[in-house]
Amino acid sequence: MEIPVLYYLYLSIIIFTIGLVGIFLNRKNLIVLLMSIELILLSANINFVSFSYFYQNIIGQIFVFFTLSVSAAEAAVGLAIIVIFFRKKDSIHVDDINVLKG
Amino acid sequence: MTIFLFFIVSTVIVVSSLLVILSKNPIHSVLFLILVFFNTAILFIFLNAEFLSMILLIVYIGAVAVLFLFVIMMLDINVAKLRKSFLNYLPLASLIGFIIFLELFYVVSQSKLDIADEASVSLNIGDKFLNNTKIIGNILYTDYFLLFQLSGIILLVAMIGAILLTLRKRSGAKKQNIHDQILRKNK
Repeated sequence: MEIPVLYYLYLSIIIFTIGLVGIFLNRKNLIVLLMSIELILLSANINFVSFSYFYQNIIGQIFVFFTLSVSAAEAAVGLAIIVIFFRKKDSIHVDDINVLKG
Repeated sequence: MTIFLFFIVSTVIVVSSLLVILSKNPIHSVLFLILVFFNTAILFIFLNAEFLSMILLIVYIGAVAVLFLFVIMMLDINVAKLRKSFLNYLPLASLIGFIIFLELFYVVSQSKLDIADEASVSLNIGDKFLNNTKIIGNILYTDYFLLFQLSGIILLVAMIGAILLTLRKRSGAKKQNIHDQILRKNK
């Protein structure tokens, strides 16, 4: 039996909401915050691929390819920033990141 | 049968992505994130996107999740201290998440997406004898060539940025000085 495209969309909005709530909840842990961002990007990818299948158009999959490369770059730079922040302050609390506060 | 598998896989995805944001230990979070990515790769196989599902396995699980694991193991985080004000933000988070979920759910359920109309189907997957990787390559290396190179540049910039950020000069470290070494006098 064919899976309707709406099921994929529902799954994708559920994952999006979980990622969003994760950003709010894990205010103390920057690494879990980055993981929530990965979840949100994953939900967007599921949307792209399901529409690509639904409309039989390959360009959605190509866009997912670009999203994957950008999110890999984002994870690398974000984790590097977390590492140097931990080296300076010995913590990754969001509350400690206030050196730019005027 | 496929729809049964779809429900199993999507239930695993939803439960493990909830556990990503709720588990106490960041290492458990990363392991559940790996489970989410793995099950999403299975979903992509349902959607005839084999290349992307393999890329998801290689890039996300093989590179990004392992990078997360490395960073968590490198940093010595006090887990109990991190969880202290977890519940402070719970009402706000659930309110905003609920509102956004309702809005998105409403929009998706009202949309008329049950059947693709003939005009919008553009059929560049149509050839059944080409496999998914070949079709992607045919379009990625021709129409989207510049964007492909641009994504390579983005990855290069990210690599240089990550190296530059984490590089540090330590005073006690022994290091080769190539200039001195070349100009060394034989005794």
